[in-house]
Amino acid sequence: MMRGQLARLARRPWIWSFVAAAVVWAAMEGFTEGQGAGEVLTAALSFATFSVLVGLGQMFVVTLGPGNVDLSIPATMTLAGTIAMKYMDNQDPRIAVGILLALAAGALVGAFNYGLIRALRIPPIIATLSSSFLFLSAAIWYSRGLRIKPPPAFGDFSIGEVLGLPYLTLGAILLSILLHIALNRTIYGRSVIAIGQNPRAARFSGIPVELTRFATYVMCATLAGLSGCLFSAFSGGAALNMGAEYLLASIAVVVIGGTSVAGGFANVPGIWGASLFLFLIVAMLNTYGFGAGIRMILTGLVIIAVIALAGGQKTQR
Amino acid sequence: MADTPAEIVRLDGAEKQFGAVRALAGVDLAIRTSECLGLVGHNGAGKSTLMNILAGTAAPDRGRITIEGRDLTFGYGAASAHRHGIRCVFQELSLCPNLTVAENLRIMHPALSGFGWQRRAGRLITAKLDEIFPGHGISAGEIVGDLSIARRQMVEVARAFTVTEEPLRLVILDEPTSSLDARAAGQLLAFVRQVVAGGASTILISHLLGEILGTADRVMVMRDGKVVDARPAGDFTRNSLVSAMGSVAREEISADFASKRQEGVAQVRAQPLSQGDGRELTAFRGEVVGLAGLSGHGQTELLVRLATEGRASSERYHVAGPVALVAGDRQSDGIFPLWSIARNISVRSLKALSRGLLIDAAREAALADDWRRRINIRTPDVANNILSLSGGNQQKALFARAFGSDAAIVLMDDPLRGVDVGTKQEIYAMIRAEAAEGRTFLWYTTEMDELRHCDHVYVFRNGRIVADLARDALSEEKVLHSSFEEAAS
Amino acid sequence: MTAFVSARLLRSLLPALSLAALLAAIFYLEPRAMSYFGLNLLLNLAVPIALATIAQMFVITVNDLDLSIGAYVGFTACVAATWLKDSPVLGIAVLLGCIALYAAVGALIYLRDLPSIVVTLGMSFVWQGLAVLLLPTPGGHAPGWLLAIMGLRTPFLPFAIFASIGLGFIVHLGLMRSAYGVVLRGAGGNARSVARAGWSMLKIKMTMFALAGLFGALSGLALVGLTTSADANIALRYTLLSIAGVILGGGEFVGGRVSPMGAVIGAATLTLAASFLSFLRLNPDWQIGAQGAILILVLALRLLVTRWERQR
Repeated sequence: MMRGQLARLARRPWIWSFVAAAVVWAAMEGFTEGQGAGEVLTAALSFATFSVLVGLGQMFVVTLGPGNVDLSIPATMTLAGTIAMKYMDNQDPRIAVGILLALAAGALVGAFNYGLIRALRIPPIIATLSSSFLFLSAAIWYSRGLRIKPPPAFGDFSIGEVLGLPYLTLGAILLSILLHIALNRTIYGRSVIAIGQNPRAARFSGIPVELTRFATYVMCATLAGLSGCLFSAFSGGAALNMGAEYLLASIAVVVIGGTSVAGGFANVPGIWGASLFLFLIVAMLNTYGFGAGIRMILTGLVIIAVIALAGGQKTQR
Repeated sequence: MADTPAEIVRLDGAEKQFGAVRALAGVDLAIRTSECLGLVGHNGAGKSTLMNILAGTAAPDRGRITIEGRDLTFGYGAASAHRHGIRCVFQELSLCPNLTVAENLRIMHPALSGFGWQRRAGRLITAKLDEIFPGHGISAGEIVGDLSIARRQMVEVARAFTVTEEPLRLVILDEPTSSLDARAAGQLLAFVRQVVAGGASTILISHLLGEILGTADRVMVMRDGKVVDARPAGDFTRNSLVSAMGSVAREEISADFASKRQEGVAQVRAQPLSQGDGRELTAFRGEVVGLAGLSGHGQTELLVRLATEGRASSERYHVAGPVALVAGDRQSDGIFPLWSIARNISVRSLKALSRGLLIDAAREAALADDWRRRINIRTPDVANNILSLSGGNQQKALFARAFGSDAAIVLMDDPLRGVDVGTKQEIYAMIRAEAAEGRTFLWYTTEMDELRHCDHVYVFRNGRIVADLARDALSEEKVLHSSFEEAAS
Repeated sequence: MTAFVSARLLRSLLPALSLAALLAAIFYLEPRAMSYFGLNLLLNLAVPIALATIAQMFVITVNDLDLSIGAYVGFTACVAATWLKDSPVLGIAVLLGCIALYAAVGALIYLRDLPSIVVTLGMSFVWQGLAVLLLPTPGGHAPGWLLAIMGLRTPFLPFAIFASIGLGFIVHLGLMRSAYGVVLRGAGGNARSVARAGWSMLKIKMTMFALAGLFGALSGLALVGLTTSADANIALRYTLLSIAGVILGGGEFVGGRVSPMGAVIGAATLTLAASFLSFLRLNPDWQIGAQGAILILVLALRLLVTRWERQR
């Protein structure tokens, strides 16, 4: 029953998300009669980049198996962004170290999350939720209410583009390729997928389960930290609510992109398709002139429709 | 007036196809009252599918179902089967672990409702447990998740035999003794004879041929979705039964026994936690060491500890080389269900298959293909999903995973339980071959026959080693003796 | 066997003990709270949170998760503050329709084998959007009868306490003791067997989601009865609070192991935690963080107790 369907399922989700994104974009251009098509695409790519960065990390976490999810992403983004901006203090020479600090903050958050999950046996949903409260508070306290602008070079870089493609997007594409290879062709990637399918069997097969989980949570939070730092530069400063919509976005792009929420099956390209799709849906609704209420309802219905049509998850034991 | 007992159930021309697999290719079956029908066959012979159709949990593609003379093919399902007094105890335990024993009774018996139902359910299940398994020690208020596997099986069986509204007509038992120890198994089989004498009927599926021959009135042999032989049980012997199944029942090679005990340093040393008298299990290079005793007496725990702690050389568990574990419960301990056969095989050998940071895909495919041939996994393509294999072949893939790795020591957790005879013979041969090459095996098995392949056997009781026997000193009587008695070997 | 009983007893008492400890800490910090009026203030909001937690508990029982409960409570609160007051028949019809929609979502999740996290995520957008359409800005007014119920002055202890205990008791009877409740929980423990035994999994899922919809709606009503007016974002935090409440109360995400009384106690604990923090005169920056810390602390305690029990 699952055998033939598996091949189809493997191909269906991520192609589907790209197709959907294209359809939405076309619908939008139909309305505006082609005006600003290029700009919309560029804007889509810019915003999609941030969804992709957090979505990649979330994808690895979710693939570890049912119940694994990182809800602390917005808090990590905020914290890392705040730390980075504050350290950089509008000075160009400080950019490199500032970015490193953001990554380090993310890594520490990831390690803390894992500590709660492992040492205190707290389910990941609750663990990352609790830690998100803590780290958001830390960010609020650390920022002292000030919103510091990014150094000019950094700010320019974050909105710069080449041939219509933003630098950040290029970087994110590169990162995606690396992570795609890691997922499919490295021991680490195989370990994640194995653990997601059958953690006991993984243990008996010599896979270092806990080490892999630790690395995954750290990576997810580090990517969130990177995303927060870049987003702060992109939007001219670290706002305290900047991560709010990226929580739901990170989960949505993972699932719409075809990764199994039950674990054990992941794919990177789908995350791009899903990110573009999500942004374009919102943009299209704006174009057609719908208000916030309708926008939210339609966004929700589209997410459900996409999942319902794609259907099916791995049968859990 | 005819003296033939009435027919309870009749299946005519039952056919069932799952995709490309013909599970049933036209089966006629008739069950009379007061009879125990034994059903034997390979894995993949169609026994479970047939039972699912009888119990209403699967619908046949073609065929007629007649119950007590009435054609009920249309709309037959689990509910109508239940209403007509047909129950089934499947191979996989189907209790809800979060509910109590009494509450689980309710799940199967919707008639238990209304005020005070819990007390009634408790009384009914306790009475039935007392009837089938005297001395069971299970209380109706216990949560099933807290019970051992053997006790869960007992509850499962008792639940099927409990009568609330409809009288019991037919009870299907699919490998019911697989999780029971010898005493409980005996109690169950005796009860089956009682039930049959009382007018109801049972169908007994078991790979333990002794059970079938000793309990059934009539035996039906299935192969490849068809019934190939059906005779009164007395007309069969163990050998004729095996040959009827169409598989080769080779005599085990009883080679001259040469002890490997003196050869160098022990590869494995393990002392169970509750071992008080200083005895420990040792295994030497090239030895096949058996772990015997009643199931659930610490054998699996020992193997798991060796697999997870052995390398760190803790005080009690030590292995001198890499270790691989071949799981017995492959669904929970062995199989990665979304992966291909090849990936399932290669997962233990990823480091060896890597070049730098990346896994070499060509080498991975070669490993899988190599083992497909060596261990004879019946599949057209190792890139197919693992679940496309039959149960026995899935087990072979798990063996390939262990054999194909760098493991010097292979631990086997009763991996051949429920596997067909042909596959077993192939595996025995492989184990002997690998041991001759220098691999060390620790083999926990619940079948006495398999112990004869071991060079040395340790008998477990209550989590402790109570006997250790070299092959030339091994006998079924001694093993049973140690499994039950207090006396030392 | 008696060892099992005592371990389980202790673990089931843990939520109550945490609550008692928190209560004691609050009284220590603010002795004035130890009065009828004080308790009322402290535990008022426990009623809507408890109702939402019970709603979440039903979904968790069948191994799903509802990430939309917060938005849903917000919507029903808006309905209560507008239609229910102005045209009660329409209001009640809409609420019944919402419950039906919840059941439909459950059916969809079951029939298409979808991950409930994502579907309810999508639904949270839908409920929020509906609420924003209904009440773009905070407003509305609770119906008089609702205000009267929630403002009931009961003897000895505040209404909130009686209501919470009553809620826990009724749901306990229904889910843990009744014949069909067993089937509902069994579906969480081993869905396959329950289906094989002839019970309709579709009906079970729809029932649980409908119950979630019912108690979620009651939560919205209770909330509006306390705050008198409503707005679309009034209960967004209920989503995570309800999950935390179920877990604090001893429930587990998978396996169908839940406790109605525990869920109610968990909800009360979380309600108190907010007040506790303000009594601590904590730097407002750290108020949110402290909630996380409390959650971690309680769960760490639970682990310690379980470990200690296992060692005996």
